[in-house]
Amino acid sequence: MKRFVHLFNALDSTTKTGAKTAALVDYFRTAPEPDRVWTIALLSGRRPKRVINASELRLWAAEVAGIPLWLFEESYAIAGDLAETIARLLPPPEAEQDPTLDTIIRSLIALAGRAQAERRAFVTASWASLGTDERFLFNKLLTGGFRMGVSQGLMTRALAQVTGVDEAVMAHRLMGNWDPARTGFAALTQEGGAGDGAQPYPFALASPLEDLPENLGPPDDWLAEWKWDGIRGQIIARPSTFAIWSRGEELITDRFPEFAPLQDHLPPGTVLDGEIVAWAGALPLPFAELQKRIGRKSVPKKLLAEAPAHFLAYDLLELEGADMRSAPLSTRRARLEAVLATLPPGLPISASPVARGDWAALTAQRAGAREKMAEGLMLKRLSSPYHTGRKRGDWWKWKLDPFSVDAVMIYAQSGHGRRANLFTDFTFALRDGNDLVPFAKAYSGLTDAEFAEITRWVGKHTQERFGPVRRVTPELVFEIGFEGIQASSRHKSGIALRFPRMLRWRRDKAVADIDTMDALRALLRQETGQPPAAGPPRPPKDN
Amino acid sequence: MADPLLSFTDRGIYCAEGGFYIDPWRPVDRALITHGHSDHARWGHGSYLCTDRALPVIRHRLGDISASGIAYGERRRIGGVTVSFHPAGHVPGSAQIRVERGGEVWVASGDYKIEADGLSEPFEPVRCHTFITESTFGLPLFRWQAQAVVAAQIASWWHTNAAEGRVSILAAYGLGKAQRLMSMLPDGAGPILTHGAVEQTTQILRDQGYALPETLRVTADISAKSHPGALVIAPPSALGTAWARRFGPVSEAFASGWMALRGIRRRRGLGTGFVISDHADWPGLNAAIRETGASRVFVTHGYTGPFRRWLEEQGYDAGIVETEFGGEEADSTPEGDAA
Repeated sequence: MKRFVHLFNALDSTTKTGAKTAALVDYFRTAPEPDRVWTIALLSGRRPKRVINASELRLWAAEVAGIPLWLFEESYAIAGDLAETIARLLPPPEAEQDPTLDTIIRSLIALAGRAQAERRAFVTASWASLGTDERFLFNKLLTGGFRMGVSQGLMTRALAQVTGVDEAVMAHRLMGNWDPARTGFAALTQEGGAGDGAQPYPFALASPLEDLPENLGPPDDWLAEWKWDGIRGQIIARPSTFAIWSRGEELITDRFPEFAPLQDHLPPGTVLDGEIVAWAGALPLPFAELQKRIGRKSVPKKLLAEAPAHFLAYDLLELEGADMRSAPLSTRRARLEAVLATLPPGLPISASPVARGDWAALTAQRAGAREKMAEGLMLKRLSSPYHTGRKRGDWWKWKLDPFSVDAVMIYAQSGHGRRANLFTDFTFALRDGNDLVPFAKAYSGLTDAEFAEITRWVGKHTQERFGPVRRVTPELVFEIGFEGIQASSRHKSGIALRFPRMLRWRRDKAVADIDTMDALRALLRQETGQPPAAGPPRPPKDN
Repeated sequence: MADPLLSFTDRGIYCAEGGFYIDPWRPVDRALITHGHSDHARWGHGSYLCTDRALPVIRHRLGDISASGIAYGERRRIGGVTVSFHPAGHVPGSAQIRVERGGEVWVASGDYKIEADGLSEPFEPVRCHTFITESTFGLPLFRWQAQAVVAAQIASWWHTNAAEGRVSILAAYGLGKAQRLMSMLPDGAGPILTHGAVEQTTQILRDQGYALPETLRVTADISAKSHPGALVIAPPSALGTAWARRFGPVSEAFASGWMALRGIRRRRGLGTGFVISDHADWPGLNAAIRETGASRVFVTHGYTGPFRRWLEEQGYDAGIVETEFGGEEADSTPEGDAA
């Protein structure tokens, strides 16, 4: 564990890519092999399942620390990180030990399903034998959200250096559903972890287009597709294997039973990249409809009927078992359409439609993207290969400008982790007659300096405290941007927004200048034809 | 019942019978000052009284003021009360202020720490009925390691930097922390250089007889080449500036109690933080309060809300003194704080 702590601290104490890579290379050369595999798993989001829940941890930690639970919570609100809070509150260790990462994780896995007393005994005994830094990472393993400030790409680069394997090849080897408990370091890095033939390819990612499209050169060099608001997915149809992967490398085959028939019809050795959307026959349904299906292991019939899934395919990564990624997009797209043309009608799959025209015509079509239930256009260079990850220059996302309203901040809460002790999570309200009605929460879009300034302001303008939440004087106005709008009975305003964030702090505006709920309701009717839902029943004192 | 000996006003802690304020934040006729940090010793009062050990720095910082010094422990009658100053262990010359009237004793702690740092006059517990305590680090999250342990960590960082050809820049508050660091470090990998703002205060303390090692003020002709392996002690505002870049490849670190929190360290973009504070940690605050024997405690400066509740649960009659900058967490963030 100390070796792993050393790595973590080295990564945590620098923002320089070179220093981070060097620390990883050193670790992958010297750490025990099973620990290396777990580290790869942790850095690529393959964290073992949680065996202890956060409320158990809080209770046990407060008991061991000998403080009341409320004081634990106050401390947590300041530290902003549960694992760190616990590590700092516990008394110093009795006799320090140094178990390997492998030993600890295997012990944790073995705890699954055990009685509470047994789990508590293991956790408290571990706390008593670990130093503060080791405890912190032990707690991170328990609580999840394990982030080490290292991208998967950087880890892949370090592994490529250590093993001499090409970086893109290494990225592919690390994909898929491999089990770190049963995979050796050499096997993983030399052959790839998922031996079941279901291994996906690393997804190519686009960058936002900030420039004018005219500066991309002739439009004939580019393929323009609609940018869908769905779930990015990869369909793997190989002999004896059928799998659907999300971009987060999650296996989602069972969540979309509609796609099962594809395995009988796609030619063996086909891998498709595309977007899973909820389908209304010719156009996608709003993302909110698809969202109802996310997180469900099995889908009830009613949802299957209300929000049927459809795959809008836009790339072909494997054809007849051959890796197509180095072929130009023009070739891949032609082959993709040819493959789809062989399918019988009625399957929930189609080629993602293409937009055509010169830049002016494309600009005009993009402006109408919302009518197509799209977020804008994607621009992909026809001569480009299918890249591993985000490589600037060949794939651009050219999204519509978001909707926006001016709103006033009414509640502020401090952030977590890096933003602990800064007020960063705000609730915003619009005017509704004489009232201010909360309608959105947002925590992104401002600079650190702006957050620091607002934090000082909140300190002086707090009117009431509810634990970590402050009610503040309604005075600061922000332009709130969002991508979509839906009726919702779970929100007080009767309206749910998709991806709200702060576009800018409007220091030039006062609370008298903010927008009204009526304006938002009008937008909802215009976009969806729905009236707002009745909000949830209000507790008597809630005004 | 008589009026309380000390009361809390919008100018600061006030003693009606003595006609003075303690560490007031708005101009008053007569101010008793615990120590020279800018949030305690402010400009614009009619007269200042502080320890004779704190006086030179306060004069240097505030310029032409009417001020006088008093020895630690000396009892002085002011109006209807008797006051005396007692070591707070916070920085050289810092004091707690004891106020007595007819056998009733109040103590205003100012800022304090329990651990003897080898430079400041060590903290002295003062028995009292009512204790006004700071609570900058008044949460159980904060537990300091012994000074020698942190000194070894800093020395090791300095050595590694020197071996790899980097100058070490250590940011610290200019009065107290900076001098504590230079006096606690074992002989290092190279010379100790100081930023001008640090050197002025250091020289004043050195002239007073505080045992401080030799340091060299950074001037235009000083660079990494002329002084390889140097440790530069500078105020936090100097980090990442053109001034710091003159040293070429550097490693920057910040020495503060706030460095205990990873979020704060990361927000400041600092990889390296050394957890060392001139304020009492959680066990220190609790021990200090116990030793006063006070039954009533007022809490100020810091995590006042939770700390007051904790003290109440421990059986104290506890209250909060609001300072001008009422909010808690927001004001105890590291920006500009002498933590």
